[in-house]
Amino acid sequence: MGLWQRFTLIFKSKANKALDKAEDPRETLDYSYEKQLELLQKVRRGVADVATSRKRLELQITQLQQQSDKRTEQAKAALAQGREDLAREALTMKSGLDTQIADLQTQHAQLADQEEKLVAASQRLQAKVEAFRTKKETIKATYSAAEAQTKINEAFSGISEELGDVGLAVQRAEDKTAQMQARGQAIDELLASGALDDASGTSKDSVTAELERLASTNDVESQLAAMKAAIGGAQAAPAIGTGAAAPASEVTAPEAEGQQQA
Amino acid sequence: MIIRILGEGQFEVPDSELEEINRLDSVLEHALNTTDDDVQPALDALLDKVRAVGVRPTHDEFVESEVILPFADAHEEEIRAMLQDDGLIPG
Repeated sequence: MGLWQRFTLIFKSKANKALDKAEDPRETLDYSYEKQLELLQKVRRGVADVATSRKRLELQITQLQQQSDKRTEQAKAALAQGREDLAREALTMKSGLDTQIADLQTQHAQLADQEEKLVAASQRLQAKVEAFRTKKETIKATYSAAEAQTKINEAFSGISEELGDVGLAVQRAEDKTAQMQARGQAIDELLASGALDDASGTSKDSVTAELERLASTNDVESQLAAMKAAIGGAQAAPAIGTGAAAPASEVTAPEAEGQQQA
Repeated sequence: MIIRILGEGQFEVPDSELEEINRLDSVLEHALNTTDDDVQPALDALLDKVRAVGVRPTHDEFVESEVILPFADAHEEEIRAMLQDDGLIPG
């Protein structure tokens, strides 16, 4: 284990330095115990932070998935209108979204893994801290300050190493969470800007705009057809008697063309 | 021998297993020193061995580890940094 001897020494010396020893060794125990409780709080906060990040990722994945589904629907609508070019464009956008979703899902798995490890670390530390409290009281009750020195040093070194380990695990989780928060922020901004979510109406992408134009053209056409039918129907009835049906339809047709151009 | 795997805690490993653990450690060292070999499988093999043969001390034992090993998910650069003086250790 030659490779790790040096690392082990560095680790221990730093872990020990993090806990200053008091003059009375028995005070050292109390001080160390306070530090342990602080770390325990920190680990619990770490667990909560990672869980928050994980939930945020889940929300983003859901939102992106909705966008992706919407692109699929758009592609279908475009194809139904015979617009393969538009369908292609929608599917290209969907593919970009799907790449992002896959990326977020990988990150989600990593975060869930970190969360699980921190929860385990928190439980381990909790058990250690409780055992230390008992041991501390026993040492204080049983030995004089001078006699207690060896026992205290042992317990102190052992717990310092534990604290160093858990502290490092929390630090890693925090780094990971911070990285993901930065990326999550970018996706939130993208979603908010409307680049992904055109439902906000702020900036419509070309596919949505074109489909809406097609839809509104179709809408105008169908309304027009309905009007024509209504007018034609209304005039058709009296036309039987008066014979004015032909001139009426001549008037209607140019009117309709004019509407269509507008 | 007491070995700590960072992020997992301590394992008491019988001396009879040390030869094999040392061999796995050499494989990891070799992987770290060459660009061709993958570090992750070597680290996994070493940690798996420690977990398999090691016994966890009870919570009320406060003992120092003789050897401290990296996190199971440590990246190659992270492992290298651990072996430098000012690597990952806080403080």
